[in-house]
Amino acid sequence: MEVASEMKKETITLNMGPQHPSTHGVLRVVLEMDGEVITRATPVIGYLHRGIEKLAESKTYNQVITLTDRLDYTSPFINNLAYVLTVEKLLGLEVPLRAQYIRVLLTEITRIQSHLVWLGTHALDLGAMSPLLYCFREREETLDMFEMVGGARMNQSYFRIGGLAGDLPEGFVDKVSEFSKVLPSRIEGYETLLTKNKIWLCRTKDVGIISGEDGIALGLSGPSLRASGVKWDLRKSNPYSSYEHFDFEIPTGKTGDVYDRYLVRMEEMRQSNRIIAQVLDKLPSGEINAYSPKVVPPSKEKVVNSIESLIIHFHIMTEGFEVPKGEAYCSVESSKGELGFYVVSDGSNKP
Amino acid sequence: MSEIGELVEKIKGKFPQAVEETVSFQDEHTIRIKREHLLEVAKFLKEEPDYDFNFLSDLCGVDYMGKDPRFEVVYHLYSLTHTHRLRVKVSLPDNDPTIPSVASLWKTADWHERECYDLLGITFSGHPDLTRILTPEGFKEYPLRKDFPLKGR
Repeated sequence: MEVASEMKKETITLNMGPQHPSTHGVLRVVLEMDGEVITRATPVIGYLHRGIEKLAESKTYNQVITLTDRLDYTSPFINNLAYVLTVEKLLGLEVPLRAQYIRVLLTEITRIQSHLVWLGTHALDLGAMSPLLYCFREREETLDMFEMVGGARMNQSYFRIGGLAGDLPEGFVDKVSEFSKVLPSRIEGYETLLTKNKIWLCRTKDVGIISGEDGIALGLSGPSLRASGVKWDLRKSNPYSSYEHFDFEIPTGKTGDVYDRYLVRMEEMRQSNRIIAQVLDKLPSGEINAYSPKVVPPSKEKVVNSIESLIIHFHIMTEGFEVPKGEAYCSVESSKGELGFYVVSDGSNKP
Repeated sequence: MSEIGELVEKIKGKFPQAVEETVSFQDEHTIRIKREHLLEVAKFLKEEPDYDFNFLSDLCGVDYMGKDPRFEVVYHLYSLTHTHRLRVKVSLPDNDPTIPSVASLWKTADWHERECYDLLGITFSGHPDLTRILTPEGFKEYPLRKDFPLKGR
């Protein structure tokens, strides 16, 4: 006698709603689950859309810099840099070498700091709770440096069109150099906790494999693509802001799993440190702003002493400057990948 | 002329009826092509080894309200092997903002085209799943168009 019993299998649809402890922000994922295994995950995005493109249309070019800070708030300087480079391209401005080197310095510190945030939160999500505090301890030092230079811990808007908002304060270079000397041992510390840890390996090795071709087709860039074996870094392939003066390696992975992405980012922190040491070594003296009276406001001493400078400063701050008609696209290697800005100018003072 | 400059000239020679204009500014090159020839030219740019534009950096739309044609869809292409960039533009009129989808060539175009549709109302024919991506469900307008006010309605 045959008993044919059919077990009816159904997948359940679970909504991992916009607010959820592990989504770090708002991300909604609609999960189709077969028991405990997720068979299909459809992300629903848009909760963190802040309308920056629309806002930028109503602000002057300088004001948009504050908007760009907040795009990826773990790497404010890098976002600034991408936008500022694009507008400088449209204007045809050449930024002096000192400003370029300082930009590289701050960008690399930002990259290290952004990777520290990644490491702390990533480890926390996977169950390792101690790296979080250590990473954030290092991050506090970088935030102190940012405060010295930009006046705020995050979202400083320190890069300006034509150069920088102000020169480096006294004591900054010493602080960075101290940090740079201590960082390798700290990174060793994180590696000791995680890299050969059995639980870590179990949870990250051969998980989430993305092949190189898939990555390229899907537009993946940055450390995640490099972990899949594609050796592409915008700082090397299309250098900007004098990155070609510095010597550094591009780490790549082999399998493209979570573990490889972890290793690539750890190595990137070391390479960024290497770049920082080189910048500090070679930092030239000189102007920090390009000479462009219409775009770069005159210095504070001039403004206080001369009426023409005051008028020019006032005009630049309130009405901005006009950018010739045209368009430009400039992209940089941010800590997450390629970040580019496409700016279209209609000849007025607003993008 | 730089290498990419020469390549752009060659495209003009190969697709004379498709290319409307080419612009070169600093180190950037732009070609504007007609929408009927988009897929043909895009396939050529992707597959031809000299060009090898295997990475679609960005796909966006621009609203030039007051100008005719009103919309422009802009593709920023990048070649990982040759490290050169190219911008491809297609102009679309206000009364018929449809354009073929390139999602079959570059998978990443899928979501970019959804965003373009959502924010500007440009329809991509042949798209696997053209639904709104950023605005909430039931939202009817196209926020990034110039006639949509900044503070919303």
